[in-house]
Amino acid sequence: MTTTAPRLPRRRRGPGISPYPTWFYIPAGVFYIALFLIPTGASLYFSLTRWNLFDATFIGFDNFVQFFQEPALLQGFTNTFIYAFVTSGSKVVLGLLLGVLLSSQIVARGFLRSVVFFPVLVSTIGVGITFKVLLDPFDGLVNTVLATFGIEGPGWLTDPSLALLSVAMVDVWKGVGLATLIYIAGMVAIPQDYFEAAKVDGANAWNNFWHITLPLLRPATATVVLLSLIGGLRSFDLIWAMTRGGPGFTSDVVASVIYKQYQGGFFGLSTAGNVVLFIVVAALVVPLSLWLNRGEKES
Amino acid sequence: MFSRQSQRTAFAVGAGAVALGLTLAGCSTGGNSGDGSTITVLVDNQEATIALWDALVEEFEDQNPDITVTVESRPQGAEGDNLVKTRLSTGEMSDVFGYNSGSLLQALNPDQTLANLSDEPWVDSLDEGFQTVVSTDNGMYGIPLGQSMGGAVLYNKDVYADLGLKVPTTWDEFISNSEKIKAAGDVAPIIQTYADTWTSQLFVLGDFANVLADDPNWAEDYTANKAKYVDQPALAGFEHLEEVHEKGLLNEDFASATYDDGVRMVATGEGAQYPMLTFAAGPIIQNYPDALQTVGLFPLPGESADSNPLTVWQPNAVYIPKSTEGAKLESAKKLLAFLVTPESCAIQSEVQAPQGPFVVEGCDLPDDVPALVADMQPYFDAGNTGQALEFLSPIKGPALEQITVAVGSGITSADEGAKQYDADVKKQAQQLGIDGW
Repeated sequence: MTTTAPRLPRRRRGPGISPYPTWFYIPAGVFYIALFLIPTGASLYFSLTRWNLFDATFIGFDNFVQFFQEPALLQGFTNTFIYAFVTSGSKVVLGLLLGVLLSSQIVARGFLRSVVFFPVLVSTIGVGITFKVLLDPFDGLVNTVLATFGIEGPGWLTDPSLALLSVAMVDVWKGVGLATLIYIAGMVAIPQDYFEAAKVDGANAWNNFWHITLPLLRPATATVVLLSLIGGLRSFDLIWAMTRGGPGFTSDVVASVIYKQYQGGFFGLSTAGNVVLFIVVAALVVPLSLWLNRGEKES
Repeated sequence: MFSRQSQRTAFAVGAGAVALGLTLAGCSTGGNSGDGSTITVLVDNQEATIALWDALVEEFEDQNPDITVTVESRPQGAEGDNLVKTRLSTGEMSDVFGYNSGSLLQALNPDQTLANLSDEPWVDSLDEGFQTVVSTDNGMYGIPLGQSMGGAVLYNKDVYADLGLKVPTTWDEFISNSEKIKAAGDVAPIIQTYADTWTSQLFVLGDFANVLADDPNWAEDYTANKAKYVDQPALAGFEHLEEVHEKGLLNEDFASATYDDGVRMVATGEGAQYPMLTFAAGPIIQNYPDALQTVGLFPLPGESADSNPLTVWQPNAVYIPKSTEGAKLESAKKLLAFLVTPESCAIQSEVQAPQGPFVVEGCDLPDDVPALVADMQPYFDAGNTGQALEFLSPIKGPALEQITVAVGSGITSADEGAKQYDADVKKQAQQLGIDGW
């Protein structure tokens, strides 16, 4: 932001105004403009063109029309929402349960906490490739173990009706540590006074959890839901490492559909897809964020 | 005197400057024309490709002691395609590079980005069929490296002999053979390997010679937006793919098996028939040398036994970008001229497993070729071959492999798959700016 010259002296004297001159913003501003604003503007333009890297022909909104006619896209959208809600929901429930467990007085608490958090630190692609091997329908460890109990395991990643959920399951395994961490931090921040007062009133453990812990964890829940929902909506790396959207198009999500257009050389079309994804994520997350944080501001 | 701290800083600055200098020097070697004493070649990073280039470069440098060739590698597949496109469009391409011929070349805008080679003295020694797949209306841009190959059914001759089966010439015979193999028990009749999705395309792409036999103008009509996959004869490929899954003729682990698994199965007799490109001779020679004479080949059969042609793929090509100029261009042309000599062919068949006939005059295969290559020869001798569609039309839809996996796994029907592919093709044609779409 620039300020007009006559106002400057007055603003300098005002309370809470930075004593530094505005041009201190320039270095950061240059980076922001060069690395974010210009590419964003350029991608808006290229999404309206048929672009093959050598030259771009302006074709109006044809890319968007084409993108919405993509056979994989409808499934991709449905899958994205299923994936986002399944992973987000599971992370909230499991993260909360693990958080309660790991903030109580149990043996080897520190060790168990690190065990739960460990998968978060591992590279997603590494996790994907490992689980692809573990979930192999014939030689994979999971089905080999099931077979020793006489159960014939399904083709986790090759059965069209299971592939997406299998990937979601791995995503939960990998991400639940972060949710747990956020919940533990939230629980530690709850003042002990509430529990003491409740104890005087004769509350049991369940009352404590339901009437004190859970309501006061609202900000933590909001953070977990937001982070995992955004993560789920733009999820790509794990799906790509495990199934590449397959078999066929059955586990395609919006991001993988976009990536395939890019691979196919449809640069304008994939840019249009990214613009669509940006709008969809924003349209979902902005209201959700406002709604989830409303309670916090009121209190 | 420097304090310890400032000494360190000075060292860091110095190191930074050196690093920057190196980076800049690195940039400049790509850009200017130089004296032509060093040229760079960009090839894909398959082990076999690198080994081949190392052998070729060694011989070339012996013959031209004043030229040094540096081989650089790039990823394969779509990632490699994008790298090549990006480097060409920014003028940063190596002095010489290897890439596909046919439809993928057309996507590089060859008229704008590649050096025209049509006036070179060796052009006439190249097979005419090959010349068309590296040319546009305005020029000829590439030379072949490697051999042409077939897209056909690789089959295990021992399994066929044990069950007393005859090589099929029609689709019905193929199915009845497969039913007999299935009835016999242990051996998987037809191998499919959908973990490597590209392998699923053979039933469709390898059937193309049959389409051409039925309608010789199909490729032109297809490029002109008149012929479609939803109609016969092209639909047959999708129908076959659907049929073999419906009849339960596939290996049990078709959804999770890889290309390597497929080669193993057909070589060891765990499976009987594997529709594949003949470059599978490479891994067979390397990993299953005993199976060299066991794995044979027959074309993907069509409806009638009359023609039964073999679908063939042209070899990949080597190109010079327009950004190579002056003395470097001369050196690069020398390298290309060397690559189309019989000496170069001899090195190629020594280092790499033969997968089909050469397309350069004076280049012959050695006598001890694998059975699957020998089985191709009669079709070439009789002229009973048809080129794969990607060499007759610039348009190939990029989603074919996912569509064929879906049809081959029973997720979508043949009709639906063909319809999806037609839509994919339309998108590609528009992207290429072809008239009539």
